[in-house]
Amino acid sequence: MPFIVNTATEREEMLRAIGVGSFEELIADIPEEIRLKKALDVFPALDEPQVRKLLEGLASANRSTSDYVSFLGGGAYDHFIPVAIKTIASRSEFYTAYTPYQAEVSQGTLQAIYEYQSLICRLYEMDVTNASMYDGATALAEAVLMAMNVTGRAQVVVAGKLHPYNSSVLKTYLEASDHNAVIQNVLEDGIGSISALKGIVTGNVAAVVVQQPNFYGCLEEVEAIRDIAHANGALFIVSADPLSLGVLAAPGSYGADIAVGEGQPLGNPQNFGGPYLGIFTVKQPLVRKIPGRLVGMTKDKDGEEGFILTLQTREQHIRREKATSNICSNQALNALQAAVYLSLLGREGIRDVAAQSAQKAHYLAGKIAGIPGFSLKYTSPFFREFVVETPIPASAVIEQMLEHKVFAGYDLAVHNETGLLIAVTEKRTQAELDSFAKNLGTLK
Amino acid sequence: MTILEDLRYTKDHEWIKLLEDGSTALVGITDFAQSELGDIVFVELKPAGTKLKEHEVFGTVEAVKTVADLFAPVAGEILELNTLLDNAEIVNQEPYASGWLVKIKLDNPAALDALLDAAAYHQLIGE
Repeated sequence: MPFIVNTATEREEMLRAIGVGSFEELIADIPEEIRLKKALDVFPALDEPQVRKLLEGLASANRSTSDYVSFLGGGAYDHFIPVAIKTIASRSEFYTAYTPYQAEVSQGTLQAIYEYQSLICRLYEMDVTNASMYDGATALAEAVLMAMNVTGRAQVVVAGKLHPYNSSVLKTYLEASDHNAVIQNVLEDGIGSISALKGIVTGNVAAVVVQQPNFYGCLEEVEAIRDIAHANGALFIVSADPLSLGVLAAPGSYGADIAVGEGQPLGNPQNFGGPYLGIFTVKQPLVRKIPGRLVGMTKDKDGEEGFILTLQTREQHIRREKATSNICSNQALNALQAAVYLSLLGREGIRDVAAQSAQKAHYLAGKIAGIPGFSLKYTSPFFREFVVETPIPASAVIEQMLEHKVFAGYDLAVHNETGLLIAVTEKRTQAELDSFAKNLGTLK
Repeated sequence: MTILEDLRYTKDHEWIKLLEDGSTALVGITDFAQSELGDIVFVELKPAGTKLKEHEVFGTVEAVKTVADLFAPVAGEILELNTLLDNAEIVNQEPYASGWLVKIKLDNPAALDALLDAAAYHQLIGE
């Protein structure tokens, strides 16, 4: 969007139109002492070629996954994105469209969202998927609010290791409600302790939450966690990485009542952190309590197939303060990209991407564990991501690997823990893995 | 618009019918209410055993484009929910008969006397 200045003449016209003599008169009600008395401290004016040069210079200082070999994960992954996704998603019919409030004129957008919902239902083996949430973290927090609403209970238990940012979003969401009780289970070898969990989950617990794979990439013992949740009348909430479902059991198949996830791995670029895609699914008995928008298929008066926003009576514009959630929007373009990705890859493709990522991750983990001074921090099974202890601080490892044009991983010192979290996707070649391991063996 | 003579009514368009035992009653919404709401698709009620104060919300009735709260006409305890409400359209079809919502045990049967009779409800809805 261009910046269009107001000329002095235009300013005078506007002031005249509202019957004010001068700008000073317009702001007469603003107390003197809080007014800025000097010029704004901003960059001197530049012409267009100079602006372009400046911004291109700044942009070229970025290092992206197209220039570097990336082992960064921790919630956002460097999977391959077929070019067809951008070609379809950048069509102006999708790209410039706003949220489809008027179903009659938004059939294409609604159908795309309907297809997304259907594909996610099949991937997660759940009954109902909404039109999407802002990201995986808000989807998880909304799932917890929903569980509290459904059960009338005030506590939530986190069974294993959530992404720390998801935990903090969850705490933010619960801060303003009456329910201020997130109970964290103890961890053993990187995953939630089942014996400890038994002592924590009581009849006051609305939901037991687990992330699969967890923040460390490890696999939680989801079936044992489900049994403890259901034995206490709590809902079982699973936050599952959608791509992991190419090789891991789907949340719906092992008894999740609500399953959520971060949809970025499905054809959405990492984009320095967003915009991403919150996946939100439930089993049929919970459909009237689901937050957000839902697209349904129907027939018009001539019997022709069409798409609509459905069950809107849950939403704010009708139910006001008693709505199931504050969310009245979705991430339509990101959901579209996920739908195109799933359609392009199909059942076999998803399985292949997941299997290759897992196999390559295990190959690399084996290599790194053999390097003197390095070890795997946890022995629990993992999917495509694992934590290694390093002979020098992880930050120094990351720094040195940049010289080899490699992003070595995610430094857990950010969360006051030791270790380097390394993610491997199907994009990594054997040569890249071997070279990374070799370079780790020659740290200064 | 049907208004039955032997029922009591509220300003929120619920009806209440005292049963023969003199201490329990059926509660539903009026013919006027169902007609104003349009096609009713879902009724959500608090479970049996819930104790209600007068005018407390005991559930919601959901039509295609709106949702209305249900208010207890008098104080009491929910004894029974109408199991036929899985087909919520019966509230549209037979609001005074098979479309009743809850059976309640009245705290004080005399409280019914304070509610609107058929003539007063006629007047309320302007018929």
